[in-house]
Amino acid sequence: MSDPFRFLTRFNLTVLLGRQAKNARELLEGIKEVPGSSIYYHTHRFIQQHHYLSPEPPNDFAFWATNALSRDALGEALASVDTVKFHKIESLRESFVTILESFLLDANGRGGDCQEGEEFHFMSCRTFILPTRHVAKDLREFRTILRNVGVSSLYYHIFEAGLRFDKAGNDFSHWFEAIGEKDLARAVSRLDPYTMTLEGLRTKIIHQVSRHVPD
Amino acid sequence: MSRIEEYAPVVGAETLAELSLLADKLRGRSVQHINSTAVGGGVAEILVRMLPLLRDLGVTAWWDVIKGNERFFAITKKIHNALHGVAEPFGPEDLEYLIEVNRENAKDVLRDADILFIHDPQPIALIEEKPSRRSRWIWRCHIDFTAPRPEIWGFLKRFIDSYDAAVFSAPAFSRPLAIPQVLISPSIDPLSDKNKELPADVVDSVCARFGLDRDRPIIAQISRFDYLKDPLGVIAAYRMVKERMDCQLVLAGGGATDDPEGMKVLAEVREEAAHDADIFVLFLPPGSDLEINALQRASDVILQKSLREGFGLTVSEALWKAKPVIASAVGGIPLQIAHKHSGILTHSVAGTAYWIKQLLNEKDYAARLGANGRQHILNNFLITRHLRDYLLLFLSLYETKDVVFL
Repeated sequence: MSDPFRFLTRFNLTVLLGRQAKNARELLEGIKEVPGSSIYYHTHRFIQQHHYLSPEPPNDFAFWATNALSRDALGEALASVDTVKFHKIESLRESFVTILESFLLDANGRGGDCQEGEEFHFMSCRTFILPTRHVAKDLREFRTILRNVGVSSLYYHIFEAGLRFDKAGNDFSHWFEAIGEKDLARAVSRLDPYTMTLEGLRTKIIHQVSRHVPD
Repeated sequence: MSRIEEYAPVVGAETLAELSLLADKLRGRSVQHINSTAVGGGVAEILVRMLPLLRDLGVTAWWDVIKGNERFFAITKKIHNALHGVAEPFGPEDLEYLIEVNRENAKDVLRDADILFIHDPQPIALIEEKPSRRSRWIWRCHIDFTAPRPEIWGFLKRFIDSYDAAVFSAPAFSRPLAIPQVLISPSIDPLSDKNKELPADVVDSVCARFGLDRDRPIIAQISRFDYLKDPLGVIAAYRMVKERMDCQLVLAGGGATDDPEGMKVLAEVREEAAHDADIFVLFLPPGSDLEINALQRASDVILQKSLREGFGLTVSEALWKAKPVIASAVGGIPLQIAHKHSGILTHSVAGTAYWIKQLLNEKDYAARLGANGRQHILNNFLITRHLRDYLLLFLSLYETKDVVFL
């Protein structure tokens, strides 16, 4: 008998690092030096704050390169970093570094400054994780809870638990696997949560679960 | 029903349950807020609403106000201006006097609280009492801190660095400091007169009272009469739009009658608008929250063409009413508007006029921006999020790691 699934939730307190960039070179330097929690913050802020939008804006670096530096190609390259395939923040950081270094090489180390007032401000976050009152003993209970649980809890189990703790996959799939629902585990881990709203994601997971336990 | 429960229909029961989970972790802790005014101003407005909710959640919270005389407030007003980048003559005796008034207040005002939450520069020097107390200290700056005068920044920094954490309202206000800095945006209260849902007949009657024609588009900027809100720029943008489409402009806002600059701006705006019956310059008395609410709801496009801005809560108010908003990318406005997703950010009169025309002509797109904007405010800028951030901030004072399991 496998352990029940306890739904956790998480909240972020946004930390200001007091560091800014006004061009691509300063952005690169910042990305190299800021703590991993800052890379995490800037690649997930839109998902957290704009989780109702689809397509949602890309990561902060891409959004800034396009809108403040007017560098559409650079913005597109930064936006197309496939966050879902990274299990470690450091690898994610490295992919942004590679794109910016290549851009600066082509631009002979230059790239122009943004307008005054549109600088990129490096931020980070402190994350507080705590248990909710919801515990699922089987798939039926899991589905009922998932229908009602706060979006922060859904966010935690899909995004945070994997990338921030160097775990491949998401919490739900791990639990499905543990209770012997291997097909369901595979189906949910195949979803790309970065290309849909959190509510859309919730619906899709509930749909997958319902294929295994009819209403 | 407690006051906090009244928010359930707006934010959902799960959000309130989450606040309770966090507040439980602070049970037994006490927080004292200290600022320099009990009435008027954004800080007092937020504390009046926030404290009962904190108490409903089981956190012991007090709010006290320091006392000062005319000389003290003349000095703190100069500090306020200097933080906005205005060159102000300061003598060392001014700054010494500010410290002296803080020392006098310290004896009476400070309680034996676990957390002392000091708001703005006026009481900043209370931190001198830190060595003799067990409390954790937070300093919150509610003022635009983008380009403070170096002399005043140097003076304040020596106090700020002694706090356990500093809080700013926008990323641009952050500066290199030795202590942790946290971003906590202000918020609006969805149940207040300014933001609550209004029946259509109330909106209609307010519009009728001001003579607005509901059959033609209404563009509005609802903001203090202040050069930094660029009301003349708004009129210029409206005129460019008016060449192509019929519309009306509402410039509505309050201002203190003893504020000579505000009155001067109002006079200039009235003069500029004098020969156009479709420009409505409305100088609203204090307590006009329902009128402001109705005017925002009656508008087709809302502008906030500020040249400088602290956070710009008028933008949150407009977005909460699902209105398409065109605003300048200054202060805290970019936090509220992701360009072309939840509103429009512009940099010029011509750009503002261009987007007004777009949004008046493309109503589906305008509605989508408005709907996204409302959702963004629901998720990020209501008082319940503000409460959550304060609870997290208090908890963060007792933890050192980036990821904390509670």
